[in-house]
Amino acid sequence: MAERMGFFTDTTVCIGCKACEVACKEWNDVPDDGFVFRATSYDNTGALGASTWRHVAFVEQDGRWLMSSDVCKHCTHAACLDVCPTGALFRTEFDTVVVQADVCNGCGYCVPACPYGVIDRREDDGRAWKCTLCYDRLRGGMEPACAKACPTKSIQFGPLDELRQRAEERVERLHAEGTTEARLYGADPDNGVGGTGAFFLLLDEPETYGLPPDPVVTTRDLPAMWRWAGGAALALAAGVAVCFAGRKP
Amino acid sequence: MPRRRDEMVPDAEFRSYYGQPVLKPPIWHEPHMPAYLYLGGLSGAAGAMAAAARLTGRDRLELAARMAAFAGASAGTVFLVAELGRPMRFLNMLRVFKLTSPMSVGSWTLAAHSGLTGVAAGSAVTGLLPLAGDAATLASGLTGVAMATYTAVLLADTAVPAWHEGMRELPFLFSGSALASAGAALMLTTPRALAGPARAAAAAGAMAEVVAGGLMERRLGLVGEPYREGRAGRLMRASRALTLGGGLLATVAGRSRTLTALSGLAITAGALCTRFGVLEAGRASAKDPRYTVVPQRDRLDAGQPASVPGR
Ligand code: SF4
Repeated sequence: MAERMGFFTDTTVCIGCKACEVACKEWNDVPDDGFVFRATSYDNTGALGASTWRHVAFVEQDGRWLMSSDVCKHCTHAACLDVCPTGALFRTEFDTVVVQADVCNGCGYCVPACPYGVIDRREDDGRAWKCTLCYDRLRGGMEPACAKACPTKSIQFGPLDELRQRAEERVERLHAEGTTEARLYGADPDNGVGGTGAFFLLLDEPETYGLPPDPVVTTRDLPAMWRWAGGAALALAAGVAVCFAGRKP
Repeated sequence: MPRRRDEMVPDAEFRSYYGQPVLKPPIWHEPHMPAYLYLGGLSGAAGAMAAAARLTGRDRLELAARMAAFAGASAGTVFLVAELGRPMRFLNMLRVFKLTSPMSVGSWTLAAHSGLTGVAAGSAVTGLLPLAGDAATLASGLTGVAMATYTAVLLADTAVPAWHEGMRELPFLFSGSALASAGAALMLTTPRALAGPARAAAAAGAMAEVVAGGLMERRLGLVGEPYREGRAGRLMRASRALTLGGGLLATVAGRSRTLTALSGLAITAGALCTRFGVLEAGRASAKDPRYTVVPQRDRLDAGQPASVPGR
């Protein structure tokens, strides 16, 4: 297996140009997601979805703009992959999470399983879609289209270990310069999804950017769920037995 | 008790991205998914009752249970396949067996249960292969209890707050509702004099359903709110009234045809409302970022961030 590859998105240098969104759409042939004027900000794609694999969030605050290019997190413990019943979602040799469009039968289970609200089903096509971390480009030895197109190096691509180290250094520098609110999001391998392959440097709480503050991979609790269901199954069997225990008329 | 809610759950302050959802709401459609949940539960509990009837020698009730189990599994499968984005690829479900995917476990369970109930019903109708029919009936008792409960894990194994946090009670809610549904179906299709166990099942299942639902809403606190509000709240309240009424009626339904019909129909309607209500509550809880952000933020503020031990 090759080294684990990922994204480090440093939102402090994002200028909201959406070059990443456009490059992603062009390279991956992602269909139109509808240009909707949302009357809240410059955001016209709204959220990640089946046809939006990079999404630039615009948060207008007193005296500053926060801009952040969001993407699939390529979780270490990926709920979408765990719950997929067909094996359409799989882990690649780069440790990324990809949907095989020719296997997906559109059951839609991955959609509510993702703790980040990333993956979605295209209703006209019936299948689930999301960022592939440009699997095809990676196999060809190239970097993903969004990282390539980013003019400020807000989106950085590389081996995850290297990125994590670079990110720590960047946070230290920002703190030293007085930007004490700088923090990493998703980089911790001990978090609820075992760390993400795509992580971020943020300047405010994650929820401000539409990110869950403390996500958990739902399958972490699956053994407990099966135990409760097992208890209910036994109770059902016992209930039926009691109902049939009486004398026959 | 709609008033007490405000005291129990103070208005939570939280931040979000323009109030947009963090999660994607479940995309499963109505009536497909709730209909499947109802029919699968009905078929599962009917399978268990067919096995019990076989073991206690209640032939007429066994026949009705075999037919109900088969009808529920077949109709349920149709709804499930229609729900897929690519129905022609439904066999891809049986491409792998994945313990981490309740949908995969459920597809195999449904496949086995459909097959067994098909053999059991076919043998009962044609009189052919009686031994195979009997064996299939007994086996469908086992697949049946799995059918009636796995759907709770199917819902709980998502990021949807109202479902995931309800992982303890949902299996009892669904299995209780399944027992009530099957009891109701058998009450309606068996001569009254022979339907005693069906009425007992209807009453017991209805009580279990009402109690499990009540416990869940109470324990979940803020995250249980979607079960009480809006369309989901109306469905859940209707479900409780119908199930409770139908369950109580079941205890006296042996006296007349009218009472039997009223009880059976009320329980059936209640079970359907439960499934539509639970689906809707899940959607509502995923769409409102409050239910995602507030519990997670509380966890962080308490210094207890989530982790995945042992993986
Ligand atoms: S962010 Fe969601 S879609 Fe991406 S790997 Fe994690 S669970 Fe899957």
